[in-house]
Amino acid sequence: MRAVIIAAMMCFSGVSAVASEIHAPAQVTAGTAITIRTSGSGDATFYLVGPASASKTKVQAGSNIPIDSDQLEDAGRYVAALCASDGCTAANFFVKPAAANKLSFLVHPSRVPVGTPQGITAVAIVHDSFRNIVLQPSPVTFSIMAKNEKSVSAARTSENGVAWVRLTSAKKGGPTRLGAAIGHADEIRVVQQVAADACNLRIKASRAKRGFLVETEPVHDCGGNPVPDGTVVSFTESDAAGKTTVDVPIKRGVAKIEMPIDGSAKITVASGVVTGNELEVTGGQ
Amino acid sequence: MKRVFPLFLGGITLVLIILAWFTSGGVARREMRQANTPEQAVRLMLSQIQGHNFDAAYARLSNRGDVDKNAFIREFNGSYGSLLTYSSLENFDIWGLHSSDQESTMRVRLHYSTGVGPLDDVRDVKVQKSGDTWKVFWPVNNATKLPPQVIPVNYLRWDVIGRGAGDEWGVQNVDTPQVRILSMNAIQRPDGVTLVGEVVNEDSVPAFVNVGATLLDHAGNEIAQESSFDKIAHTLLPKQVSPYRIDFPNMRMEKIKNVRMDAKALLAAASADPVIEVNQQKVETDPLGKKVLSGQLTNEGGQVVDIPHVIVSYYDSNGKVVWVSDGYVAQPLLPQVPVPFAVDLPADISKNVQSYHVVVNHFDRVSS
Repeated sequence: MRAVIIAAMMCFSGVSAVASEIHAPAQVTAGTAITIRTSGSGDATFYLVGPASASKTKVQAGSNIPIDSDQLEDAGRYVAALCASDGCTAANFFVKPAAANKLSFLVHPSRVPVGTPQGITAVAIVHDSFRNIVLQPSPVTFSIMAKNEKSVSAARTSENGVAWVRLTSAKKGGPTRLGAAIGHADEIRVVQQVAADACNLRIKASRAKRGFLVETEPVHDCGGNPVPDGTVVSFTESDAAGKTTVDVPIKRGVAKIEMPIDGSAKITVASGVVTGNELEVTGGQ
Repeated sequence: MKRVFPLFLGGITLVLIILAWFTSGGVARREMRQANTPEQAVRLMLSQIQGHNFDAAYARLSNRGDVDKNAFIREFNGSYGSLLTYSSLENFDIWGLHSSDQESTMRVRLHYSTGVGPLDDVRDVKVQKSGDTWKVFWPVNNATKLPPQVIPVNYLRWDVIGRGAGDEWGVQNVDTPQVRILSMNAIQRPDGVTLVGEVVNEDSVPAFVNVGATLLDHAGNEIAQESSFDKIAHTLLPKQVSPYRIDFPNMRMEKIKNVRMDAKALLAAASADPVIEVNQQKVETDPLGKKVLSGQLTNEGGQVVDIPHVIVSYYDSNGKVVWVSDGYVAQPLLPQVPVPFAVDLPADISKNVQSYHVVVNHFDRVSS
């Protein structure tokens, strides 16, 4: 629809008898009020067609037409047209983004295993106050605020409105705050750095009421981070009565279960694709 | 002529009523009312159960003094929202195992129609002669029930708060969980092609997982698309492994050039409770001569599990998944009370099975 209006206006401008004229500034900053000069005389209609809006006003040809700042918030190409009794005339002008003042800050993933090289991607998309993407290079300051550690920051210049960093997750688990700042904008995201796969998974067994109480030692990853509670540990026990398996979630750092054991039994443990040690126990001893 | 037409109509109605009585098994019921043989006694009792005439069925028991009537009814009607509460006894088969003048053993196969498909229950039933008639000796359910107590449960529970519709673009969301297909094996079966394998939740949060597959022919065109449907434990806790099976009925392996696998995962609210122990697992031959993997399920938690669902992956000597089978358990899992289960294993595959892994999925009225 907008294209049709513009095409119609350009057409009008081509056939006009140059009685009325319109003079718009070549370039305007978004959110700035301007005045469009016109020539001619008599009643006329003024059209302003922008990337996201269009307006129509009754004006006097030959007068200056004020355009409010809120009509020029969207960056892009605008067409100003003046239609009087002697025809239409049009002029194009461009609204460029204002100074960078806002950020869209995308951080992926929201959870990452510790020690993952280049595992975190932080992307900042630079906007002005009116959500126009600022294509001009702008400095964005990225910062990492790990818990109980000093904040580290690095500056990146945006290219075509985008600045990014890739980060290796820390060796220690826990939440890390990532920040990006430009102008008045200071966005914060939180990335949970979680323990990697269990490492050196070990179990022990002790006699209990119903057989043996089999429990893991505190489950950690290879960096010593405790594997989060709720992570499933699978126990498998084979004895004369058959096989017993049970998936037990870790609770307070360990997974434990009471297993009935008939005679000699072999107990193994696994968590995901990680296997642990093997125990041989004998019931009745 | 005035009288002929009403008489004709009356006659037709009578004939139809008699026909309906015959077709609904009226003759058989009348014959069985006497229960002159052990089979008649069992058949009569099961017919009455099928017709929800539990009083009459209970009256056919020889050991009524030992069998609680409500417990007897619950064995067929289900309890605690178990699968039998969503099912009906569709039909049954009876055959004799051995017989004497005073006592006989009959084997019955009860075919239930349930909300998740057909369910068979095979039982051996003793029948005793009492005077001129035979009566069914119903086994007394001696399952121990946990005495009233408070069981503290403090396993983790995960809730999810996602990004709201009104939030600005670019505001952080929580990522979907990372899941990975560990293995996939395509098998030609007589009735089609089956894909079996395992999937793991590699993340630190629970995932709702579904595995789909697309078959491609030699020209790279899609020829079929299916998902694992209920042949998978959908809710996987962190680092939990589930078998999956995808059936492509009427498909031939020769037509397939490539398989495109797709594991979809969503963040899901979940609880680490209940823990279900699977005891006494063994591959054996059931009374009908079929290979099954049997065992017992024990609910280690304090909450009743309404509908347990057992999924088993079978491995060959190289650790490759060669088959996945599943089965719903008719009884609910009461706390600490073992409940037997058995899932089918095709005979031709059983000879290659070296080990297996059992996963228990569950569906509850409150949550699933």
